[in-house]
Amino acid sequence: MRNNPGGATVRFVLNGQDVTVDQVPPMERLLDTLRERLGVTGTKEGCGEGECGACTVLVDGEPVVACLVPVCQADGAEVLTVEGLAEGGRLSALQSEFVVAGGAQCGICTPGILVSARALLDRNAKPTRDEIREALAGNLCRCTGYQKVIDGVQRAAAAERGGESAG
Amino acid sequence: MSVGTSPPRLDGADKVTGAALYVDDLNPEGMLHGATVRSSVPRGRYRGYELDPDFDWSDVTIATADDIPGENVVALMVDDQPALVTDRINHVMEPVVLLAAPTREKVMAARAHLRLLEEPEPGVFDPEQSRAGAGPIWGDDNIQSHLEVHKGDGRGCVDAALARNADAQLVEGRYHTGWQEQMYIEPQGVIARPWADGGIEVVGSLQCPYYVVKALARLLEVPPAAVKVVQAVTGGGFGGKEDYPSIISSHAAILALKTGRPVKIVYDRDEDLASTTRRHPAITTIRSAVSPAGELLAVEVDCVMDGGAYTTLSPVVLSRALIHAVGPYKCEHASVVGDIVATNTPPNGAFRGFGAPQTCFAIERHMDRIARRLERDPVDLRRQLALQIGDTTLTNQTLESSVSSDEVLDVALAAAGFEDRRAAADAANAAGGALPLRTLPGLGQTRKLRGVGVSFFFHGGGFTGNGEARIKGRVRMKLRPSGRVEIFSASTDIGQGVRTTFPQIAAQTLGIPLDLIDQHEADTSAVPDSGPTVASRTCMVVGKVVEDCSAEIRRRVVGDGPVDPATWAATAEAFLAGGGDGDVELEYQTDPNIEWDGDTYVGDAYPCYAWACDVVEVEVDPDTMEVGIVGFWSAMDVGKAIHPVIVEGQLEGGSLQALGFAVLEELKLKDGVLVNDRMTNCIIPTTLDAPELDVRLVENPYEGGPFGAKGIGELPMDGGAPAVLAAIEHATGLVLDALPASPEALFAASGSEGAA
Repeated sequence: MRNNPGGATVRFVLNGQDVTVDQVPPMERLLDTLRERLGVTGTKEGCGEGECGACTVLVDGEPVVACLVPVCQADGAEVLTVEGLAEGGRLSALQSEFVVAGGAQCGICTPGILVSARALLDRNAKPTRDEIREALAGNLCRCTGYQKVIDGVQRAAAAERGGESAG
Repeated sequence: MSVGTSPPRLDGADKVTGAALYVDDLNPEGMLHGATVRSSVPRGRYRGYELDPDFDWSDVTIATADDIPGENVVALMVDDQPALVTDRINHVMEPVVLLAAPTREKVMAARAHLRLLEEPEPGVFDPEQSRAGAGPIWGDDNIQSHLEVHKGDGRGCVDAALARNADAQLVEGRYHTGWQEQMYIEPQGVIARPWADGGIEVVGSLQCPYYVVKALARLLEVPPAAVKVVQAVTGGGFGGKEDYPSIISSHAAILALKTGRPVKIVYDRDEDLASTTRRHPAITTIRSAVSPAGELLAVEVDCVMDGGAYTTLSPVVLSRALIHAVGPYKCEHASVVGDIVATNTPPNGAFRGFGAPQTCFAIERHMDRIARRLERDPVDLRRQLALQIGDTTLTNQTLESSVSSDEVLDVALAAAGFEDRRAAADAANAAGGALPLRTLPGLGQTRKLRGVGVSFFFHGGGFTGNGEARIKGRVRMKLRPSGRVEIFSASTDIGQGVRTTFPQIAAQTLGIPLDLIDQHEADTSAVPDSGPTVASRTCMVVGKVVEDCSAEIRRRVVGDGPVDPATWAATAEAFLAGGGDGDVELEYQTDPNIEWDGDTYVGDAYPCYAWACDVVEVEVDPDTMEVGIVGFWSAMDVGKAIHPVIVEGQLEGGSLQALGFAVLEELKLKDGVLVNDRMTNCIIPTTLDAPELDVRLVENPYEGGPFGAKGIGELPMDGGAPAVLAAIEHATGLVLDALPASPEALFAASGSEGAA
């Protein structure tokens, strides 16, 4: 990161692509940088205080709430948002199994839930339902009661392991 | 086959890729950001505003009620709510002045540099004091709505029954539920864009686009055709985006017309929590006369609800509350009376269940109270009193079909393994010792008390009485030469899956694949008024019109003959080329057998009811009095599951809202001001608060619904809370009659000898 009079220059990898943001206030919320400067609007704002988890993104593989992270902390990092989950223009197993399970209703919490689930599945290929609950405890959903959210993550885990049935 | 299967929801891919565009994702060229300056006193006089002279106001537009071209009113039911305050302030967070500026930062800064001149006056905050006439602060008696429903002997029926039956007992209870926040995860937001000719377009997060048309036509003094309202993808509503969007749209429209630019207003969470509508608090008093055999000889219910400062939809909330106030139980003599009264708090409005969760809580707790008094098993008592075919409801509606009392009780209790589970809890609690809670050993106690509770409830689908006949919900469908068929409806998808279930109904009826069905966005310039997306009516009522339109297109194209999907496109093309009319618009045909007297509230209140039984298991920590919900089982009669995964999702999600209402959701107001106005302290259940939700579908068809479907959107909100409190009672012996069952409430109950 380089600090200039008009703001900093921040570079990071967003969903596999190098991005450079010039003249950004270093303490700008990563959420605003993504949504307003870069026009990547899949990440949502639900509360602006880190409670709802709708703005969850992965920074170097760790889920963080982008409304509480200043963009300067993303400098040099790999950032993953919901837009980075698809694989070669097709839905990933996580995405397609989540839809099949009925994990998305209104969809506003879905981007945050999916990236939290991505982080979980990257470290635990066969999570229990309780482990999924623990991993998603920071992501509020008002529509589903979480039942089909957890079903979706379980189904995705099974699909990623190679076609074992969800269980 | 499409109906009865669960294809991936048609808006699913957009929602898991981030492609779905919600209102805050839209930024039209030249857009300004709007903000609302709100009152800080709960009641008083507004005397103008002062601007900080040191602030740069050069690019800030200020609008007041003087900028409203038409009537300064939020047109809904009663014209008591202004779009902007002119003189009298009736609640905190009441909109007074509007601001627009090029950036969100600038408009928020401007808001902090504008000071309203307010003269505070004493407010009224307690609904019972309001009912007694304090102030008055609304009209001449504070009563925003009054309603009575009588059956049999009606008023005085309980004393009459006691006089007639020497061995009958009087059982009385008083039940309290507080505010509940809808807590859609996407806050309220709209963008208004002015047209050159004085018209306006609104894109927003909303449930009822035609409500907004009605409100803006009055506000702007333009014909409805000069107002175009389009629903953006909407991040949850639950009733919270039924009436409130008319207000925020009014504000954005005022700013857009004044500036000539598109104006976006999206609330911060704290503004949304503190200012927008909530569930009405209710105090419900029940007197009942019961025979030794458990018959409910007569019941009197009195319900006072807090409407807040303005009427919004309160008369309809009260109506649904009272109609459901005796629950799904046999009772020949009843008198149910209610008032919604004004207080100097932000207006309460629609929230899933619409009054019924409040009275359902009361009657279900009361059934447990009767069971306790009679030393009866609460489940057996419910079975004995449950409405069956041929019985009459509170409004003297004779139930002629699709009553599922026994089935939902059987299925839910079996799913829960109820008898064994209850016995296991009894055994575990007994093994841990039978000490009274107050003398339990101190902290460090790890044994948790277990309990199992049951609720039984029903919910009427669609608008009450002749409401659907009055609304005349319309749908248009159009056949294309390609064989594709497009649905035009104002029903909005707020997560409940309309954009999938309507195409399923159409595909099934037409006999063609689901992927040949398109659905136009809910845009009032293109779709007919299907009625609002509320009242558990969308699938059952509007879905029926989709079925009717589909059947009409099919009849025109192939008559009574079969449809061959392989040749459908060619057949459709030939039909249209030959001058056939593939454009159909129909309105909802209400059941001609429905008889309803809206003056006396006698007759067929709803064309059908959805029935349900919830079973809840709790663990109560005797040290901290925290309640953990560890099991939930439910059987819900949905008529017909058009899309089983979607309908299960509705029932599960609604059930968790009810469980949250039971134990942890609470809004605390002090002198009309919301104290817990952030998600940090205004909490809803997380994954760790939620039990596994085992919801079983019962399909007892309603012949008037599409393929037998009933309206079920609100049903799951009704029964969770009383089942939780019954389970707490089983676990601890503590009888709670108020929500939420917080640790503080349990401590308070354990300190009194409160059990009745």
